[in-house]
Order: sequence, then structure tokens, then C-alpha cells
Amino acid sequence: MKDVKGLKRVAIAGFGVVGRGLAKALVTKKDVLIKRAGDYRIAAICDSKGGIYSEEGVDVFEAIRIKEKEGRLPEELTVEDIIDRIDILFECTPTNVETGEPGLSHIKLALENGVDVITSNKGPLVVGYKELMKTAKKTGAKLMYEATVGGAMPIIKLVKNELAGNEVLSIKGILNGTCNYILSRMEQEKMPYSQILSEAQELGIAEADPTYDVEGIDAAAKLVILANSLMNSNATFSDVERTGISSITPEAFEIAAMKGYTIRLIAEATRDELRVSPRLVPFNSPLCVYGTLNAALIQTDLAGEVVVMGRGAGSSETASAMLSDFVELSRCGSK
Amino acid sequence: MVLELKDKPGQLLRAIEPISRLGGNIIGVVHKRDRVSPLERISVEISVKIDEGRVEELIEALKRNGVVVKAYNEVRLVASTSLLLVGHIIHTDLSDTVNTIDATGFAEVVEMHISMPEVNEPSTAMVTVSATGKDELKKAVSLLKETCRKKDIMVIEPLNEDLA
Ligand SMILES: NC(=O)c1ccc[n+]([C@@H]2O[C@H](COP(=O)([O-])OP(=O)(O)OC[C@H]3O[C@@H](n4cnc5c(N)ncnc54)[C@H](OP(=O)(O)O)[C@@H]3O)[C@@H](O)[C@H]2O)c1
Repeated sequence: MKDVKGLKRVAIAGFGVVGRGLAKALVTKKDVLIKRAGDYRIAAICDSKGGIYSEEGVDVFEAIRIKEKEGRLPEELTVEDIIDRIDILFECTPTNVETGEPGLSHIKLALENGVDVITSNKGPLVVGYKELMKTAKKTGAKLMYEATVGGAMPIIKLVKNELAGNEVLSIKGILNGTCNYILSRMEQEKMPYSQILSEAQELGIAEADPTYDVEGIDAAAKLVILANSLMNSNATFSDVERTGISSITPEAFEIAAMKGYTIRLIAEATRDELRVSPRLVPFNSPLCVYGTLNAALIQTDLAGEVVVMGRGAGSSETASAMLSDFVELSRCGSK
Repeated sequence: MVLELKDKPGQLLRAIEPISRLGGNIIGVVHKRDRVSPLERISVEISVKIDEGRVEELIEALKRNGVVVKAYNEVRLVASTSLLLVGHIIHTDLSDTVNTIDATGFAEVVEMHISMPEVNEPSTAMVTVSATGKDELKKAVSLLKETCRKKDIMVIEPLNEDLA
């Protein structure tokens, strides 16, 4: 499938915040990436209404200009149309933790056709992790998903590669930057939840409908991915015991502080349970982070505790995670 | 703990003084007049609630006061944890909530701090639960969670207490 010179043809599905950030990074970082991952070109980009395709490589900045002006990409094109003309698919369509769609169909199609996939979309993994991995194994295509958890914060490959040989006993993490922002502001400003939420919405940190973040749905989806991929679980979304942050009072922070605690939304995976809930976190804990940061404390049998921290979301941050998967793909021999 | 005191007036005071000086609480005293030691001492069984870290100090202080400590440590609330409760704590019968723990016999609520901003608004309480062991503490906490779930009270557990 790959052309003779070993040039990789990549496609991007989803041309929103992440898709555009990724496209830009693939262009601006090309010199560095070529050395690590071999030569490549962006053959196609799709959004919900159309796409753009070029055998010679899409002009990314022109595509962004058109997208921003017209609200869509110019050609009638879907992922299905281009699947036999690409080697790697970057999946950046919206997350749906119930159906996994449209990403689930995209990823299945790609893997079945021997196309490697790098996804930032959690939905397909939450809904169909086992099945997708089985398909990948059968066709030899690879499925990479560092960007689905923790944004730029390395965790999946860190555990799989750098901590290889360890058994992961538990993972406790701050996996949702929006909740962490709200809680750390409540702690510092002693203001009610509703007020801080409005502030976060104004700043673009929280969505107009914040349910997905504040009810712990996003964190729970990420926790399922971590448990399945790093702890060998066979968990689904409904296995996560989940409590959101919306009923936390400002007084809770004051009282907690008297005992040396603050409150954060913690996603925790152990052998016996998966839960996302507000927890008392000691001020001196590595998980006591502020703002939109993400952090995770990984407990292993050999290495003991390992802590990571980093930016959990954003255009270039998510691109960073996807590029590391891209380099890793060629390192472990993409088809 | 079981202490041996000389069978003379004022001896009990020698035992009680260091306990209160070190911040301990006497829960019960039982004189065992029938158990007189060969050296004419009488046995007294005292139940004391005291900070775990001060037990050694107490034993030393008692010895210095001429009190013989025969045995101690029978029941110790060794494990404890703090939890935050948020919700209509007062309206939903706080004493009943606390009772779910105290009634176990192996755990109790040893400290509580409540903040009530306004009537009809949800209030917040920090509750410290102690138990005779880690497993007992776990049991007590799940009992409390169970009760709070029924009453629609949110329980915020600590991250890395010995519970996990
Ligand atoms: N934003 C972050 O910081 C971040 C971080 C980590 C992971 N993620 C995940 O990455 C994914 C993308 O996030 P985002 O923030 O970039 O979302 P977004 O801005 O809403 O972009 C989603 C894109 O997907 C396109 N799309 C929808 N249905 C499609 C379909 N059937 N075929 C092709 N394209 C389709 C949309 O098309 P239109 O433009 O036509 O609507 C849009 O371009 C999500 O799954 C998200 O959870 C995001």
C-alpha cells in the first residue's frame, strides 16, 4: 500500500481545535519529524461536511483559511472515500462515550484496511477497546491513543515503555482540567461553584454545557482507557462509580483546610474499583495541582510511585501527544 | 489498662493525674478488690481514651508515680480518617448518621466540625472516624457512605489515608 519511497500518506479526520493544531504541527515540525518518523505528507483532511484531498499533499494553511472562511472543507469527501489511499489516520472527531461514533467506525475501517490509527478521540476506546485491539492484532495495524488521556502529559507510553516490566497497582489522577480549574479557584477565592463556573465559561475553560466535565464523565472515560490499557482490565464506562463536583460548597474548602486538605476531582483505578469523585487531597500531595493542569500518581510493584504532571488539553498540547505517537509508530515499525 | 495500686487512700489519684495531664479521657474505672496481689496491691482496670502517640509517655508517667502497669492496649482505636460530608446534614438527623458508626462498637466519631451557612442551604461537616483497626475503619466508612447515600449527602473521602 505504501508507495515505493516509503513515504507515509496521512489523513486527518476532524478539523476542529485538535485537527487544526495537529495539521499545523505536522507542517511546522516537518524537518524534525522526518528525521524521526520518515517522510510523510498530509494526503487528506475531513470535517463533518466535507474534505480535501491531494496526492501531492494538502496545503494545510490554505485548508485552514477555507475552513475558517467557509465553515467547511471544499470537496465531498469522507474517511471511507480515502481509506485505501492512506497509511495513517489521525482521528480527531468529537467524543461520544455512549456510541463511540463517528470515530469508532473510522477506526474500525482503518484498522481493517491495515491503516495505522492515532486518535485523540476517547469515545471509540471507551466503547470498543477490546474489539479494536483484536482487529489491530489481526491486520497488524497499530492503534495509538496517547492524546486521549492527559493531553500533553505523558502517561500511556510512559507506563508501556519506560515502566515496562512493572505491574500497575493503582492509578490516581487529575484527568480533567476544567474541574481542576474550578476547584482550585473555589479553594483560592472562597466563592461558590456557580460563580466560578461562569468565570470558567467566560474564559473558554468550561463549555456552555459543562455536564461532560463537571459530572466527571470525561474523567471516567479516561479512567476506563487507563484501566484497560495499563492495568489489563476489561472495564466499560458503566463500571465507573462517579460523583461530580457541582454540589461542593465553599465551606467545604475552609473546613478541609483546617485538617491540611484541599478538594480535587480524582479518578482512581485499583484492582477492585474504578471511581471518579471529589476527594480530600493533602496540600503537600503531588496531586494538589492548580489551574487546568493534569497530574497522575501511578503506583507500581517495582518502581514504586511515579508522578507525572502536564497540560491536559489544548490545541498544540494535544498535537504534541499525537506527534509522539507518530514517531513511536515508525519506531515500532508501522506497516 | 490494668493497674496495680497500693491499698491506701489517694492512690487512685496517682493514676488519674498523669492521664488527664496528657490529655487522656477516662471512660471507665473498675476496682477489682477481690484480686489482691501478693504485695498487697489491688487491681484497677481503667479504660482510657488517649492519643495513640502518648501511650508510652503515659505508661512512663504512671510508673514514676509508683503505679504498676500490669497490662494495657487491649482496645486501641489505631486507625482514623477524616471525611467531609456535604448536604442537608442537619435536616437528615445528624445524630442518626453519627450513630451508624458509634453503634458498631469497633469505631466511633471522635471529632466533628460543622459549618451551616444558612437555613435550608446545604451544610458541610468534617467528621473524624476512629476504629480499632484498618479493616474496621474501612467497614465503618462504607457504613457511613451507605447511610449518606440514602440521605443524599455527598461524602468526600481522603485520597491517601491508610484506607486505600
Ligand atoms: N480540545 C482538546 O484540548 C482535546 C484534548 C484531548 C482530546 N480531545 C479530543 O479530540 C477530539 C477533537 O476535539 P476538538 O476539541 O478538536 O473538537 P472540535 O473542535 O469540536 O472538532 C471536531 C471536528 O470533528 C469534525 N467531525 C465531526 N463529525 C465528523 C465526521 N463524521 N467525519 C469527519 N469529521 C467530523 C467536526 O467537523 P465540523 O468542523 O464540520 O463541525 C470538527 O471539525 C475530541 O474527541 C476530543 O475529546 C480534545
